[in-house]
Amino acid sequence: MNRKLFVLIIAALLLALPLLLGQVSEFWLHVMIMIGIFSILSMGLNVIIGYAGQFALGHAAFYGIGAYTAALLLINYDLSFWLVLPISAIVTGFFGFLLGTPVIRLRGDYLGIVTLGFGEIVRLIFVNWVDVTRGPMGLPGIPAPELFGYSFSGKIEFYYLILVLVVITYFVINRIVHSGIGLNMLTIREDERLAASIGIRPNKYKIMAFTIGAFFAGIAGAFWAAYISYVSPDAFRYLDSVNILAMVILGGSGNLAGSILGASILVVTPELLRYVSEYRMLLLGLAIVLMMIFKPTGFWGEKHRKLNFYGKVQKGEGK
Amino acid sequence: MLFQQITNGLTIGMIYALIALGYTMVYGILKIVNFAHGDIYMIGSFLGLFFLKELQVPLFVAFIFSAVVTALLGITIERAAYRPLRKADRIVPLISALGVSTFLISVAQLIWGTEMRPFPTSFGSKTYVVGSVTISEIQILILVLSCLLMVGLHLFVKKTKIGTAMRATSINLTNAALLGINTNRMISLAFAIGSALAACAGIMVGIYYNAVYPTMGYMAGINAFTAAVLGGIGSIPGAMLGGVLLGLVEALAGAYISTQYKSVISFAILIIVLLIRPSGILGKKEINKV
Repeated sequence: MNRKLFVLIIAALLLALPLLLGQVSEFWLHVMIMIGIFSILSMGLNVIIGYAGQFALGHAAFYGIGAYTAALLLINYDLSFWLVLPISAIVTGFFGFLLGTPVIRLRGDYLGIVTLGFGEIVRLIFVNWVDVTRGPMGLPGIPAPELFGYSFSGKIEFYYLILVLVVITYFVINRIVHSGIGLNMLTIREDERLAASIGIRPNKYKIMAFTIGAFFAGIAGAFWAAYISYVSPDAFRYLDSVNILAMVILGGSGNLAGSILGASILVVTPELLRYVSEYRMLLLGLAIVLMMIFKPTGFWGEKHRKLNFYGKVQKGEGK
Repeated sequence: MLFQQITNGLTIGMIYALIALGYTMVYGILKIVNFAHGDIYMIGSFLGLFFLKELQVPLFVAFIFSAVVTALLGITIERAAYRPLRKADRIVPLISALGVSTFLISVAQLIWGTEMRPFPTSFGSKTYVVGSVTISEIQILILVLSCLLMVGLHLFVKKTKIGTAMRATSINLTNAALLGINTNRMISLAFAIGSALAACAGIMVGIYYNAVYPTMGYMAGINAFTAAVLGGIGSIPGAMLGGVLLGLVEALAGAYISTQYKSVISFAILIIVLLIRPSGILGKKEINKV
């Protein structure tokens, strides 16, 4: 009951936020929107890292593929944003599938370096494929979404849109990771050979995790393209992948709410530290190291499941 | 043209190899990727610049000073950011390394500013022509000094008692400790040697490109790590081979295929090598036991 009340209060606050913040400044509304984008990205990466246990370092590449797909479709083909959003997600998901298929044979750090390499390759293609992407100049003038003839012009509209997208992402991923698929992924994370020995095909679920993670990164990318109305390769560097990874780990891998918390912390902290601007990256670096030393599971780490697949409390584990 | 590109490729490949050794030595013992290693290399380069410019010491003294200070920095980083995490999950020290990396870059930016700085030395500008190949003094220095350092490291690891202890530690940490080896000291030593080599590489690159800047460690770090994985991470000869191979591939691909896509080609080669032979060229095959 308390939990329900808590969720209701949070929901009410989030819905009323633009009215409160709108008085203060547009800037904090922008910060809230960025938290939303990074929440979707880190929840997607959490499926790959936290649930399937695959160490991937190139998430910004999927984000970029989503953004560029959306930008190109919106500019060149004049499609509706509401059509482009799912198309970008599917295209990006397909790239996740394509990347996942060969690399799932690799383990641990090797997987890390290959996904990192993939991220760099994608960014270099954005920079160098000038005919399509206009290279470092980027693609400007992406039209804003329209809904029933009403054009999204202010930050408030985008705020509500990203809020809806975050909620949808949370519920969809939450359903997936709490289903049999999620349990299979957790088994693979804990012990791949054990999983294989009881009839779970590790490769199938690893590819699935990559596809799901990429799919949601595509949604975030498409939203970003429409929101900023400009995409350039600068937003999808290796450091952005690292940032998303840090959000997953700081928030707590294996917990979706943790990812949202991690995204909030890592988006807001640099803004708060703006007042000590010269030292802010220094402090952020220190904070990350200290966090890993004193609380390596993150702020809101995984709670071990008390319910089994059929929703009953397991013996000896309840309370 | 071909021989010129091979010379250039060897030069940069030697640099990659020197940095890759730091990754591979740490990985060999602790099985963690020290993602801050590229930034240690950057700090080494800046320290070299500092000793040359502010203290006006001769070049070779700058090499030694910078290597020693950077080695101490490497040891400190291991103590502060990795040692407390020895028992943690593998991903934890990695995130910690990313924190260290951010920290080092911002320290460099606070002290030395964000812009590129030239290297104030007259050394290295002279060029020699051998057949169809033009080779500069700094390229010769890079080739010779890198070879000396690598041969020295090889002899140290293979022939001395401490080197044997290091190898024992990298084969099995617990067993080495049971044999009376101070494994913590060996880990510190691996960090110190790796950092010192990176500092030497940093100064040489600084002179070669006549530029030092706080984010220079990023691409160099990724390339060197690629080299280490290509050769077989954990293997010292592997890191050397991987570095030289990567340098050659980059130079030749840049000259004959496309300058813009040369990094794409080297990453693509890495991915292909890993898919065919996941443990790298000289790496030992990992045996998975239940």
